Amino acid sequence: MINPDAKTILSVKDLRASVDGIEILTGLNLEVKAGEVHAIMGLNGSGKSTFSKVLAGHPDYEVTGGSIEFNGKDLSELEPHERATAGIFLAFQYPLEIPGVSNREFLRVAYNAHRKARGEDEVDVFDFDDLIEEKTDIVKMDVSFLDRSVNEGFSGGEKKRNEILQMALLEPTLAILDETDSGLDIDALKTVAEGVNKLATPNSANLVITHYQRLLNYIVPDYVHVMCSGQIIKTGSRELALALEAKGYEWLLEEQAVTS
Amino acid sequence: MSTSVQSVVSQPYKYGFVTDVKSDVIPRGLSEDIIRLISKKKNEPDFMLDFRLKAYRQWLKMTEPTWPNVNYTPIDYQDIIYYSAPKQSEKLNSLDEVDPEILATFEKLGLPLSEQKRLSNVAVDAVFDSVSIATTYKEELAEHGIIFCSISEAVQEHPELIKKYLGSVVPSADNYFTALNSAVFSDGSFVYIPENTQCPMDLSTYFRINNGDSGQFERTLVIADKGSSVTYLEGCTAPMYDSNQLHAAVVELVTLDDAKIDYSTVQNWFAGDKDGKGGIYNFVTKRGLCSGKNSKISWTQVETGSAITWKYPSCVLVGDNSVGEFYSVALTNNMQQADTGTKMVHVGKNTRSTIISKGISAGNSKNSYRGLVKVGPKAENARNYSQCDSMLIGDTSNANTYPYIQVQNNTGQVEHEASTSKIGEDQLFYFAQRGISPEDAVSMIISGFCRDVFNKLPMEFAAEADKLLALKLENSVG
Repeated sequence: MINPDAKTILSVKDLRASVDGIEILTGLNLEVKAGEVHAIMGLNGSGKSTFSKVLAGHPDYEVTGGSIEFNGKDLSELEPHERATAGIFLAFQYPLEIPGVSNREFLRVAYNAHRKARGEDEVDVFDFDDLIEEKTDIVKMDVSFLDRSVNEGFSGGEKKRNEILQMALLEPTLAILDETDSGLDIDALKTVAEGVNKLATPNSANLVITHYQRLLNYIVPDYVHVMCSGQIIKTGSRELALALEAKGYEWLLEEQAVTS
Repeated sequence: MSTSVQSVVSQPYKYGFVTDVKSDVIPRGLSEDIIRLISKKKNEPDFMLDFRLKAYRQWLKMTEPTWPNVNYTPIDYQDIIYYSAPKQSEKLNSLDEVDPEILATFEKLGLPLSEQKRLSNVAVDAVFDSVSIATTYKEELAEHGIIFCSISEAVQEHPELIKKYLGSVVPSADNYFTALNSAVFSDGSFVYIPENTQCPMDLSTYFRINNGDSGQFERTLVIADKGSSVTYLEGCTAPMYDSNQLHAAVVELVTLDDAKIDYSTVQNWFAGDKDGKGGIYNFVTKRGLCSGKNSKISWTQVETGSAITWKYPSCVLVGDNSVGEFYSVALTNNMQQADTGTKMVHVGKNTRSTIISKGISAGNSKNSYRGLVKVGPKAENARNYSQCDSMLIGDTSNANTYPYIQVQNNTGQVEHEASTSKIGEDQLFYFAQRGISPEDAVSMIISGFCRDVFNKLPMEFAAEADKLLALKLENSVG
């Protein structure tokens, strides 16, 4: 939902970043305000996932220029776990498996880390159990998943639902969904999208990274950005996504080549 | 992977202090004269001196083993001090006569010995360099007929038990280090649980090496008579020195019919600094003999210290239906090297053994599991289950598994499972993205990995082991 008076959550200016010395982001600009849903689309290798990892502070990526401000603060000052507790959440394209660590414990430690960062008391095991079992409803997840090791032996759909469960628990200010639709059948896609929509608030924003228009039927974006070679080359409304679906990316890249 | 995963390793070793005490130290080196001197200092009967001299003569003919997957500069056995004891009056009548510095040392290590402060549920034998300082709850245990004292005292007070059992499980000439230990062993604990007695409290020995030039040659003997049971715990620390100290121990356990011994170790000898300077050489032979039917010996070890660990707590399952267990967590970091595992030797019918080994290697360390499962020709229906899991932290550590299986009876069933996993930056990033710091992430992953073993430790020990591993790995990741 676009509200011109809403507060700016994320402000990215001329961002450059590289991995192993190869520049992937080549001057990216983006502004996200509270209450908005932004979609980032683009071909493989255009830098979409890199952008999400740079926002979250993955150690393999080096920021070589430009700036990222999150709620008015310079993000480069913060370690990855501090970015998380500050309110940045990344739903992973490939959620990691953590053998031996129960989902319930993982979620509780994560939740308490967020509370601690806000100066609140940690919740005990019992209060946490009540809380988390309530949250599992949002993604229609069976509570038995809480007692399994984190993502171990989960199907693709279960892993993605588990990501959204974490999002429901941690209530981020900025949620970045990195190809959350990949590997999901249509029912799982709907469940995940409904979960994300239920969690939307006027004070938070979602950044949805996807290849396909399909997900955007369920999570409706206010803005659609197209990335190419590490930059956003075009920004439009939802219609842009529909046009991309109908015509592919070629025409856009050609248009870009002509204007540049 | 970047160097950041490497950078985590070194929490300062918090037990690295030296206690300033006047010591009774004998000259460096090893000879028959030295052995006679040690034996004399301990006022031993002739049979003990003979035992020592025989072992020494065997040792002279043996060579140091080179098969373990560890490297170290050769040990100069003539440069070691084989006996070092804090100076004190000949015979201590009460704790009040112990050097207050030493009492303070054990207090600092979390093991207060005085009546008022001693642990309520554990009887402790405290060994400082070559001698046992004090044993708590001796009288209370004696009421049950349980003998818990230093091995030196047992030689004096219970020579018949020593003659019968010392060297009965681990013969002096078993290997190079057992021969050396049998020649020069200084102190350790002795436990005898009489028939049909369940030991009412956990027994524990705490080994402290203080002197930088002395070796520690611990000797422990635990006997569980028919139908009895006991839980025994062992802890070890040492100061930080630039030089290496040798710890060559021998531990023998014996269970008679229907008896049970649970033996747990948390080993935290000084491991050397991050460049591999200093640290303890921990060359240990531990073996349990299930001589009686339906008896059981269970080894649980958490090995986190020592520059080099060479250790294979084993079970010889002679009694029919006897059970051997080995649960191990071995953690190596920086330049540490560990070659550890177990031997399960099935001799009797329907004998069963379980091996659960978890190796964690970080830094530039080397961690090998070496295990033997042997099923003898008469061991009808013997069963073994082995599971050996390794976890690597970072890119420069090393994990190996050397399982040896020998089956001479075709009714035997032997299962072996192994896995190797790795804590990578991506896993840590996943934790971080949920707000969990790298230190907390590593400790959660490690305790998850070790859960099967920690569950076997007595409760206070399990919590301590968990904390210890987390400390050891602090700064090794992230």
